[in-house]
Amino acid sequence: MSELKDTIVGLLLKIAPEVDAAEIKPDVDLRDQLDIDSMDHLNFVIAMAKQFGLEIPEKDYPRLTTLDDCVAYVQSHRH
Amino acid sequence: MSDFNMPSLGADMDEGEILAWKVKPGDSVRKGDVLLEVDTSKAAFDVEADHDGVVEEILVEPGRKVAVGTPIARIRQTGEALAKPAPKPVAPHLRITPLARVVAKDLGVDPAKIGRGTGIDGAITRADVERAAAKHEEPHVEKAPPPPSGADKSKREGLRDAIAAAMSRSKREIPHYYLSQTIDLEPALNWLEKLNAGRPITERILSPVLLLKAVAHAIWEVPELNGYWTDGALNQSESVHLGVAISLHSGVIAPAIHDADDMSLEQLMAALADLVQRARHGTLKASEMTDSTITVTNLGDRGPEAVYGVIYPPQVALVGFGAVMSRALVIDGQLVARRSVIATLSADHRASDGHRGGLFLRAIARLLEHPESL
Repeated sequence: MSELKDTIVGLLLKIAPEVDAAEIKPDVDLRDQLDIDSMDHLNFVIAMAKQFGLEIPEKDYPRLTTLDDCVAYVQSHRH
Repeated sequence: MSDFNMPSLGADMDEGEILAWKVKPGDSVRKGDVLLEVDTSKAAFDVEADHDGVVEEILVEPGRKVAVGTPIARIRQTGEALAKPAPKPVAPHLRITPLARVVAKDLGVDPAKIGRGTGIDGAITRADVERAAAKHEEPHVEKAPPPPSGADKSKREGLRDAIAAAMSRSKREIPHYYLSQTIDLEPALNWLEKLNAGRPITERILSPVLLLKAVAHAIWEVPELNGYWTDGALNQSESVHLGVAISLHSGVIAPAIHDADDMSLEQLMAALADLVQRARHGTLKASEMTDSTITVTNLGDRGPEAVYGVIYPPQVALVGFGAVMSRALVIDGQLVARRSVIATLSADHRASDGHRGGLFLRAIARLLEHPESL
């Protein structure tokens, strides 16, 4: 769980290098707290898809709102 | 022989610090080759050669800050006859984010000694710099490193000063007029959702790209909104270089997507993704900061309903898009809920008038009603 979360945080930091990993709150909307836009979020979702070998349909984007959401999504979709 | 001067990378730049030269005396350069890296109050940029030639002399060494227009090198022009290939840079390009560079300076860390960073493509990040600083200071536990927030703050303050100067000049010199139009986006978004449904995630197109494309094509119909007001006259541009406002940690910048009107949606999407990524990692080119012929600001799907922007001089127009949201619209005499956006135009009344500005906004709306034509 922690390793998975760290991996996702690592992907976030590649998208938004100015972010301090320690300041990311797991249950707060990533776009709001990291001040990233829709393009950054799409790049993050693409990075998630590549990292975990997932096919993430557009309708699922809202399910990747917080860090906890992302962890739960990967856990439930990864084989 | 001609002097190569410290370039202005925007109306809000007064001076720049030379971070590193990528060429040395005797090197042949071609137009577009990166000559040096310059740090401004906004971010660091690669500065390219504006013509072919041979570097005769470097006049200002790295680490020095000089005013815009100051000669910093001498380059002998060789014209089109130059056949030698462009030289390799004398030093490897240091990949480092703008904030990391500021923090490194504040903490007294030489980024070149950090090695490969943990950011994208090995870019050095703030965390890398802080780790290097902590490692360096371990034997001196009594001396706490200054808080990184100080460097962050100074960069933000520098950017605020730059924005203040440019926007004050804009409001002082440019007689703005403002128009707005609510645009029904239901056809465009439905079309886009169908398009994206059949595509892998890496080939999907975001809705802001449709808006950019519509702006780029609408300019064809009202070209006087595309260009610069200089020397008391409108200098209309034949090319459409869309400045795209990007919000960074240190403030807002608006680099250009060149020839956006000639791009397919896929090309525009790729160009926007690339621009945003390079803006975040501090690897924009100087030409991208100076070439915009009109700026588009999109406050995103979580922004306010509408934005009435301040024109970035010497440009003559700025287009704003507020949040896409469901609104009550009258369509064919029926009151219906439709996803829509409020498009605004801030324009220079010396270059255009409200009637033409209105035609421009209506052209954007019409183009978005038929997204397949974009």
